[in-house]
Amino acid sequence: MRGLRRAEILIALLLAAAIVLAAFSTPWLRFVLTVALAKGVAVLGILLLLRAGQVSFGHALYVALGAYAVAFLAPRVPEAALLLPLAAVVAGLVGTVVGLFVSRYREIFFGMLNLALSMVFYSVLEKLYHITRGTDGIRVPAITVLGQPLEGSSYDWAVFAMALGLALLFGLLARAYLASPVGQALAAIKTRETRLDFMGVSPRRVLLSAYVLSAVMAGCAGAVIAMATRHVTPLLAYWTASGELVFIAVLGGAGGVLGPFLGAATFELVRVYAAATVADAWGMILGAVLLLVILFARGGLWGIVAARLGRRRAA
Amino acid sequence: MPVTSPLTRRGALAAGFGSVLLPAGLSAQAPAAKPSELKIGITTFLSGPASVFGVPGRNAAEMLAEEINREGGIGGVPIRLFFVDEGPGIDHLVGEFRRLVQNEKVDVMLASISSGSCLACTPLAEELRKVTLLWDCGTQRIFEEGSYKYAFRSQANSTPEMMAPLLYLLKHKPDFRSLAVVNQDYAWGRDSWELWKAAMDVLKPGVRVVAELFPRFGATDFSAEVTRLLALRPDVVLSTSWGGDLDTFIRQSAERRLFERSTFVLPLAESSLERVGRLLPPGHIVGSRGDHWHQHPRPADPAALQRFVANYRRRFNAYPIYPTYHMAQAFSALRAAYAKATAANGGNWPSDVQLAGAFPGLEFDSPTARLRIREDGQALEPQLIGTTAQDDRFPFPIMDRMVVFPPETIMPPVGQKSLDWIRTLTADAVSRVPDPVRPAG
Amino acid sequence: MGEWFEQNGALLGLALLDGIASAALIFMVAVGLNLVFGVLRVLNVAHGSFFAIGGYMAASIGLLMTAVGLPPWASFAALLLAAVVTGAILGPLIERFLLRRVYAEESVLQLLVTFALFMILEDLQKIVWGVQPVSFGGPVALMGTVDVPFAGDVIPYNAYQVILLPVVALLTLGGLAWFLRRTLAGRVIVAVTLDREAATAMGIDAGRVFLLTFTFGAVLAALGGALSAPTASLVPGVGASTIVLSFAVVATAGLGQIEGAALTALMIGIGRSVAVTFEPELEVVVPYLIMVAVLLLRPQGLFGVPETRRI
Repeated sequence: MRGLRRAEILIALLLAAAIVLAAFSTPWLRFVLTVALAKGVAVLGILLLLRAGQVSFGHALYVALGAYAVAFLAPRVPEAALLLPLAAVVAGLVGTVVGLFVSRYREIFFGMLNLALSMVFYSVLEKLYHITRGTDGIRVPAITVLGQPLEGSSYDWAVFAMALGLALLFGLLARAYLASPVGQALAAIKTRETRLDFMGVSPRRVLLSAYVLSAVMAGCAGAVIAMATRHVTPLLAYWTASGELVFIAVLGGAGGVLGPFLGAATFELVRVYAAATVADAWGMILGAVLLLVILFARGGLWGIVAARLGRRRAA
Repeated sequence: MPVTSPLTRRGALAAGFGSVLLPAGLSAQAPAAKPSELKIGITTFLSGPASVFGVPGRNAAEMLAEEINREGGIGGVPIRLFFVDEGPGIDHLVGEFRRLVQNEKVDVMLASISSGSCLACTPLAEELRKVTLLWDCGTQRIFEEGSYKYAFRSQANSTPEMMAPLLYLLKHKPDFRSLAVVNQDYAWGRDSWELWKAAMDVLKPGVRVVAELFPRFGATDFSAEVTRLLALRPDVVLSTSWGGDLDTFIRQSAERRLFERSTFVLPLAESSLERVGRLLPPGHIVGSRGDHWHQHPRPADPAALQRFVANYRRRFNAYPIYPTYHMAQAFSALRAAYAKATAANGGNWPSDVQLAGAFPGLEFDSPTARLRIREDGQALEPQLIGTTAQDDRFPFPIMDRMVVFPPETIMPPVGQKSLDWIRTLTADAVSRVPDPVRPAG
Repeated sequence: MGEWFEQNGALLGLALLDGIASAALIFMVAVGLNLVFGVLRVLNVAHGSFFAIGGYMAASIGLLMTAVGLPPWASFAALLLAAVVTGAILGPLIERFLLRRVYAEESVLQLLVTFALFMILEDLQKIVWGVQPVSFGGPVALMGTVDVPFAGDVIPYNAYQVILLPVVALLTLGGLAWFLRRTLAGRVIVAVTLDREAATAMGIDAGRVFLLTFTFGAVLAALGGALSAPTASLVPGVGASTIVLSFAVVATAGLGQIEGAALTALMIGIGRSVAVTFEPELEVVVPYLIMVAVLLLRPQGLFGVPETRRI
């Protein structure tokens, strides 16, 4: 097991190198991979909740919060290094308030309450038309990165680097968190929650900590997506966007922190491929891929990788 | 000659991934040598409710591309189309836009039905220095709030599209005193109401707005709204809704006799006429986001319109609706721009900059009129508004008492914002409304 | 308050009528989802697709019947036929070949199987029925309108919506309640809902119960779609908005609670039509507000029973 954990770091570094190389050689891939890395970070948060057996069908709420925080604050604070933490704080604060409420609930109630709140936020974004410009969305004005006014591909590189940095940072954080006693307690919520009570641990507080962390991750992901696409719309908060995050989590595999990134990259690339092949039936292809993974590779993509590594070690 | 071939596209994409393993250096600007094919990227809705417009738009594009290629292409270069679905959202759209420009090396982009998509694509077009024609989206904000060197719009925008039906109503039913609005709850629904309300307050102050209803986009039941309107009895019901929403609203209003109590103004109803058929009774005001109508009373080139309508009907078994005309306009503008830019370049194939330079002041033909693109990139497109009437030749209502509004009279001049311009209007605007055109023959 | 009622009482009455009609449809869709969730513990996202396909199928069959010259009343048969055909084909296929393979897995995998299915079916229906709005107004026209007096005037209502739909919903509710409580097969289903392990230990064939329940749920979803085809236009994406509303109903109602689903549908339907009358901007968020409010007061849903905590 420890061998696998060490291999995980090695694979992460290899993967990061491969991503940089891909982004370097193919300009449009740089953008797609930036979005994929950002979504991977958001999915990492979903993964934490999945450890506790809880599925949030509303985490697009925090992605959208982070993205809209950037869009609204950028005219006043046009600096990426400030916007990112600000978006994280906004998502974290809302996540704490909502988390205090939803951490009382389990399973379908947990999932549906999250869905309801994200749909309310989606409606608010449409209703407050004069502030949010509804579905037209808001353009993110030009921002500096560490004081540097960047343009064109150097700006794209900066956002890409930010996404990669966040991915590595949150990847390590999530690993440490899951290995910690609180992280271990998450798994107990999934199996026999009452045991935690007997041990004097509050399951609610354990779940709340994971929830807030996941909200912060999703908020950061949203901030990066806003900086990369430079335009935010309410669609970011729609329930299908939340479904997409859960989709990626399962596609990548919930077994390790690399899963979300494998899943996100695969998801984005399959969608691009599918869309280029049959522009009006990409959903069908993505759906079929997901079905195949669930039916024939239950551990997701990371499960496949881990199994290979394990076999090699055994041999 | 096949317009698109999935296989070769997949090949091209694979080549893109292949370059992952190869050294870089692909991002240089293409030289202005005459290419072997002219690649056109088109973003349109292929999923979700707006595919009601997106798919007819794509259909028209495929039909037109085949026709153009049969005649040897644009400037002797055959064209090839790449479609992108707007449905999944902005991040997917922006990624695909970049892929088409940077990897497929498309020569031109035709961008978007949704205004949100257009607002995201225009700055990107500017950044990538790629000529982009906004082929269908409506928001007037794009060229009023920004100025672009590479982005142009080959059709009108929301302002003339709302001014025309309002002026028509003021001219033909001047004595209305109360009005209710039922628009879809998204940007266009809100925007169009804001424009209408601002202009109505200037041109006919004192109209009582008895209800402002914004049902959910994609709503499947308007019973509560219809009840509300039946109880309130407004003189006029305005709805800029479209697609399934409008069909359902018309159906439920007809069944519950709301059409007998109020005059409806439906600026986008042309796209629903064939589906709702006789449910929509005579005497209500409809428009088509332009002068798009297969029974246009006075098209610039009647034969061209007839050919377009007949070809589309033969191929897709439906009358063309406004997005298909918008697509035809974009293709026509593109053709004219290449001809103009090539001529200006001494007969040589134009570069991206030279092509972009051809658009301001460009004149081109739509299936119904001759249009011009202004210096700010916005096209001047006439607006046709009519009153529904029955005609035994058609199983659906047609337009009667049709007025064709010249574009200059219903939109702000270059450099002025719509809401500022609307405040300067006077009653004169109503008296200048042209008389209805009698169909020729 | 009294004064307000004097002024708005009649309007409130109209809103109630609309609310009841729309609640009937919401109930028809949500009750199937709730039943399936109660028994299989699978939150079926593809339920929205069954709704859409049922609607499209009803329109196709109805238009076909009209085209071959069947009498107008046959259009009602078209609705029922569409629901049964859709549910009886899709339901068993999906339960046998997909869901059955993941019952032993985590619930998130089960949920995602149906999510994947939803994505596939969404595109499939686009391929079969295209993207132009489809509808079938036969039954509404046939039943005509009923005039409700209002302020010295009348407000015409579709008899189809204010009479037929509520009657069908009530029959469904009554029929289901009778079936679940008075018949052997129904009691078996209830037993599995309450305690799957105990039920199987007593020799109940859970596999058969699952198959039947899932199929029945699919038929109900398709019936909801078929019943909405005469009043609404079907477009791509209609399944997505239906399912999210049904989710809200299920969570509010309590797991597997059919009376809960009925009461929730009624609250949502009336809440929305009252909102349209007095505060239109609130209409969209009504279902979610109701859900959050109910779960704040009753964490297990309206009719839900707290599950015994396992040690």
